[in-house]
Amino acid sequence: MNLPAYLRSLAARFFHRSQVENDMEEELRSHIQHRADDLERSGLARAEAERRARIEFGGYAKWKEQSHQALGGNVIETLLQDLRFSLRVLRKSPGFALAAVLTLAVAIGANAVVFGILNALILRPLNVPQSESLYAIERGRDQAINHSYPDYLDLRDRNRSFDSLAAYDLAAAGLDTGKDLSSVWVQEVTGNYFDVLRTQPYLGRFFHASDEHGPNSAPYIVLPWAFWHSHFQDDRGVVGRVVQLNKHPFTILGVGPPGFRGNLLFLSPDFWVPIVNQEQIQGASILNARQNRTILMVLGHLRPGVTPAQAIADLNSIGAWLEKTYPKDDGQMTFSLTHPGLAGDWFGQPLQAFLMGMMLLAGLILLAACANLGSLFAARAADRSREVALRLALGSSRNRILRQVFTEAVLISLVGGVAGLAGSVVLLRALSVWQPLETAPIRVPVNPDAKVYLVALLLALASGFLFGAVPVRQILRTNPYEVVKSGSIVRVGRRMTVRDLLLVVQIAICAVLVTSSMVALRGLVRSLHSSFGFDPRNVMLVSADMTMGGYSGDKVPAMQRRVIDALAAIPGVKAVGSIDRPQLHYGANADTVFADKTTDLRPANAAAEPMMYRISPEYFTAAGTALLAGRALTWHDDKNSPRVAIVNREFAVKLFGSVTSAVGAYYKRSDGARIQVVGIVENGKYASLTEDPQPAMFLPIPQSPTSQATLIVRSNRTPQQLTAAIKSTMRDLDPGLPVDMCTWSQELNDAALFASRMATVSLGVMGALGAMLAITGIFGMAAYSVSKRLRELGIRVALGAQRKEVLQAALGRPLKLLVLGSAVGLILGLLATKVLAYIVYQATPRDPLVLAGVVLAMAFLGLLATWIPAQRALSVNPLILLREE
Amino acid sequence: MTEQAQLLPGTLDLLILKAVSLGPLHGYGVLLRIGQISGQALLIEQGALYPALFRLVRQGLLEADWGTSENNRRAKFYELTSTGRKRLREETEGWNRLATAIASALATRPEEI
Repeated sequence: MNLPAYLRSLAARFFHRSQVENDMEEELRSHIQHRADDLERSGLARAEAERRARIEFGGYAKWKEQSHQALGGNVIETLLQDLRFSLRVLRKSPGFALAAVLTLAVAIGANAVVFGILNALILRPLNVPQSESLYAIERGRDQAINHSYPDYLDLRDRNRSFDSLAAYDLAAAGLDTGKDLSSVWVQEVTGNYFDVLRTQPYLGRFFHASDEHGPNSAPYIVLPWAFWHSHFQDDRGVVGRVVQLNKHPFTILGVGPPGFRGNLLFLSPDFWVPIVNQEQIQGASILNARQNRTILMVLGHLRPGVTPAQAIADLNSIGAWLEKTYPKDDGQMTFSLTHPGLAGDWFGQPLQAFLMGMMLLAGLILLAACANLGSLFAARAADRSREVALRLALGSSRNRILRQVFTEAVLISLVGGVAGLAGSVVLLRALSVWQPLETAPIRVPVNPDAKVYLVALLLALASGFLFGAVPVRQILRTNPYEVVKSGSIVRVGRRMTVRDLLLVVQIAICAVLVTSSMVALRGLVRSLHSSFGFDPRNVMLVSADMTMGGYSGDKVPAMQRRVIDALAAIPGVKAVGSIDRPQLHYGANADTVFADKTTDLRPANAAAEPMMYRISPEYFTAAGTALLAGRALTWHDDKNSPRVAIVNREFAVKLFGSVTSAVGAYYKRSDGARIQVVGIVENGKYASLTEDPQPAMFLPIPQSPTSQATLIVRSNRTPQQLTAAIKSTMRDLDPGLPVDMCTWSQELNDAALFASRMATVSLGVMGALGAMLAITGIFGMAAYSVSKRLRELGIRVALGAQRKEVLQAALGRPLKLLVLGSAVGLILGLLATKVLAYIVYQATPRDPLVLAGVVLAMAFLGLLATWIPAQRALSVNPLILLREE
Repeated sequence: MTEQAQLLPGTLDLLILKAVSLGPLHGYGVLLRIGQISGQALLIEQGALYPALFRLVRQGLLEADWGTSENNRRAKFYELTSTGRKRLREETEGWNRLATAIASALATRPEEI
């Protein structure tokens, strides 16, 4: 039989009594008729004969059932029967069915979403050919992923383990297509980048290593397919077109293949340009600076037959050579390998830990849902004990009844699973097109694939069997005679039943979820109010990259000074300062410093590796950073005067012992320059909110020029008013300079708080789901216990019990279980917060507010869930109840 | 009716095969034939016949077809297939060996040891 015909017959069998069934019925009837004929011949009346024949035949249903089994090949037949029966049963209690399906849909949905993200970011290989042999190189104990360009060249040319090595950096650039001016993210890549990744162009051609002939020799652009699609409307004529990048002409060479977005999973650059043109893009070139490690990543395919361990040994021998040859620049040149999709382990590992944690929580949700459904099923089985007993008495086997119960459970789990999966697919699709940050090209493609569907359905099936198994013991122990005789028995025992245990487990799990979301929420609130070392309120950040406007050399500081003066003149503006990269912005520059008496300036002798910022004199006033000692910088600290710096308290204590001894003291930078500390400022947060106090130094722009600048504009005007004023001022100064602005709080939200905000949101959702399950669980248990004991409650009321006593009798047990479960969950949740401390600022379990919050939340959930059952218990009318009996 | 013996497990299939081997029969006919050839000595629950019949059909030992009975009623008639015939021969030999062995074991007297 071919498949469609088979399915049709299956459907026919599902909806009609089958041919086999009819055949069998007729045969058995024929037997009874024949027997009756014989009995009639022996003298009995026809009716009596038929009756006798039926009795002699024995349990008709039983034999039919066994005949069905004997026919075999009717597994599907039985399944369809069970399915039909289950549908009928579930249709009779739509409330139960809906609650069960919804509970499971939520749990499966949560799992599918988390797994979808995990799958997209961790499990799925990078979308390039042979991604399994593609590795990125990490350096030193900190597993830093950044390298310097000269080091990269040595690694590329001296290794014997990689096919070839590519490298890249990220930068923002001003794009002028002739129509409008916009700021774009470019990935500056080595000429061999596309060849190393083994991709082929969709249109035109890629640039290659052979296109590089020294600095600024390759003014070419390759567009990612998505950017070409969205910004050039699939125009095949773009190949060969010249656009202005930072006012330099660049030729568009080609378009990458669809789906290829470079080697970072969470970032989609707007352009690829050759790194040899770095000077045109970033205003300065670091291609010759060995100590300047701003190359974001070095990556390549291992040669066939080379193991990662062999490659690491090879790289380490190059590292030893580098340390010996360039003692001033290179220290700690030991290497390890990582996968290139997540920008190395420093980012990938916390992300992986977080996603694993989320997966665990989602698993707990599913477990709680199973416990919930398990107790629902157990309660239902108790209610249906009469039906089960009847079926047993009529000759049904226990096996068959169990199979039917499982069919019901699996049916619910599949429907719930499909519903949950559908919801999660919608959510994942939405996440994939979501661009969370305005200030960075971050986009995470988490589109679900077959693996996600499979996992969701398997989870659904597994949970169906899990909660279906709960009432098994109950059914196996059913004694049909007892039950039919006396009706279902309610034991009001003191013993902990399976159902009680399930409820405790479920509540404990929910309390864990609620606790962790509370801890995360507290952490977020605290990080919003912690001391950053600056005051982000009422500040507008204006980023104006001079390189994008075509300024270079000495023109840069002059223009910066003009911009600062012009902005400071806007009415309502209190102070304007400039910093190369705002604190808590993505990444930060750091440099090694040495004690003044150190003469051998190799990295191993460094006194500290402080954050390095280049600021204008008014920066601290504008940022609201407190000067603790010494003086502020002035515009007179320029090229012609001695080199000075302001350092933070941590720096002062680390190098000089105390704040007071630091003022006026000297230290050395890695280039040997002696620098005098003229002032000390308070500590702040520099790279992340969760960091320990870090040393930092602030250098005056005139003494260490930079083309990067973000202007800090503090004012008492609203952001809207200020934005317009700043725009017109900047246009007056230079209409060709691209300007981006946002409030500092917004910037912080985007950059620094993004991770903890995401963590809080996801934990919050998990907590909410957990709370929901707790409510339905307690509600189910309380409602069931009240309905089972209505008669007893009625008698109590009739005998003069007070409201309090009635409530205690009806709800004492669920509430006791609630308290027990919450306590267990609270303890487990507090233990789990250690994991949270990775991402959430000061996630501490010993926080009275969190403790109180959890207790209150669980109490509130308990109150909410038992409210309706309590009302029902209180409204018991003994007269009506007793009359009904 | 004389005192009837309970069937040993597994012997019902053998009896059905034997009964049908003597000529095509419907279900009730099988029951009557077994009664006849065993001298009414065996107790068979009427309904128990059918699971056994269906099992044998499924194993390919019997074939079934609808026909009309001697009472002029529609009934399903069973016939032995060639595999069924072979199986009957094997099972009969097996049973005979077993019966002989048990009979001789039970007939043993002390002096024969």
